[in-house]
Amino acid sequence: MSAFRALIGRDLKLAFRAGGEALTLVLFFVMVAVIVPFAIGPDRPQLTRLAPGIVWIAAFLSMLLGLDRLFRNDDEDGSLTLLRHADLPLEAVVAAKVIAHWLVTALPLLLATPVLALLLSMSWAQWGQTVLALTIGTPALVSFGALGAAVTVGLRRGGLIAPVLILPLSIPIMIFGVGMMDPLAGGGATLFLIALSLVVTAFSPFAAALALRVAGE
Amino acid sequence: MSVDTVKQPNWFSRLAHPGQFLAWSRYLVWPLAIATLLSFAVGLWFAFLNSPEDYQMGDMVRVMYVHVPNAWLSQLVYGVMAVSALGTLVWRHPLADVANKAAAPLGAVFTALALYTGALWGRPTWGTFWEWDGRMTSTLVLLLIYLGIIALWRAFDDQLKAGRIIAIVTLVGALNIPIIKFSVDWWNTLHQPASVFTASGPKMPVSILTPLLVMMLAFTLLFALLQVIRMRTEILRRRAETLSRQAALQGASR
Repeated sequence: MSAFRALIGRDLKLAFRAGGEALTLVLFFVMVAVIVPFAIGPDRPQLTRLAPGIVWIAAFLSMLLGLDRLFRNDDEDGSLTLLRHADLPLEAVVAAKVIAHWLVTALPLLLATPVLALLLSMSWAQWGQTVLALTIGTPALVSFGALGAAVTVGLRRGGLIAPVLILPLSIPIMIFGVGMMDPLAGGGATLFLIALSLVVTAFSPFAAALALRVAGE
Repeated sequence: MSVDTVKQPNWFSRLAHPGQFLAWSRYLVWPLAIATLLSFAVGLWFAFLNSPEDYQMGDMVRVMYVHVPNAWLSQLVYGVMAVSALGTLVWRHPLADVANKAAAPLGAVFTALALYTGALWGRPTWGTFWEWDGRMTSTLVLLLIYLGIIALWRAFDDQLKAGRIIAIVTLVGALNIPIIKFSVDWWNTLHQPASVFTASGPKMPVSILTPLLVMMLAFTLLFALLQVIRMRTEILRRRAETLSRQAALQGASR
């Protein structure tokens, strides 16, 4: 367990000391939301209606953008080979990296949502629900992302392929995440989203670890 | 008297050996081609000349004889890919990843054709090329998954490693497709209560069912034929690659 925690700590330390990628990602997240009103017009009621969808799309794109760094750096400097031969099972390594990646890339987005709520003229209740939905849904997004990153880690030009693979698989998360905002069907969607998130988060470390093993052979 | 101690390969390993596959599948190509042609001839004759017009859609009903077989194959091919992915991961069957690689573009084409014929059919009957209906949307997502897998195949240099990694992706996709299907159905009923698709089709009379079944058989045979040809081509391509690599090595050491 201490190795598990040490791995999370290492990833967090690396993320915060090198380059400030987390902040760049937040910047991108906010920028997507800033751009949308230019595309669809500054009509406030319309923005309010579209706001949950816009926030989800912005979150989707930001998660995909940050996905490649999950295993690539470790593969390039050789630490992934060390981790593969460590006492800690590779599945646990992947789980630790998923948790660290969520803390680095998803949590800052959640903290940035008030800015988006202000820009897109969301109500407080709407904002609260969006944050709740993102909190439930982003672990599943990161887990799918881990799978995509693991599958493409051996590819020099894998940067674009992982999002293309992951996007169709993540559609249910988007559907239930936005569905939570619907006053009629919100309860069912919440339960579906929780179930989906739990299943994906539980199983993807195994699939991703299998892919990493094959890639390292 | 010498005792033959060499174990005779059983049918499973005969099936597995690429060279053996090349040997016995040669005799499969022509019979399959003839069977495909014959069933297409019968099916098209039924579909165009010997089946009634629909009392509402008129001649447009004949699109169904192309549309439904393609839609059926779009799912069958993914099933074939999922089974071959199991073969790759569980038994490391050397032909399984060849089968997966051969099937992916075929599945993508059948899915695209299903969507295309569906659009052609939808325009005159429902008045729109595209509707965000549950079944159409999940077929579209299936097409995206096919295209992602093809892109992944093309990105790898090492085809053996690619086979095993793509097998993982294929299986994850296979587990995910029912979830996508369910979520899309849920989403559609939420957004748009049944407006276009309320007309539940009448029970099919035999005069329509017969050509449909013949056409489904014809398209399935076509898939089998193309699959065998593509698998043979892929094996030969790999063999040619190995030979050219060996030749290059010899040239380098000389």
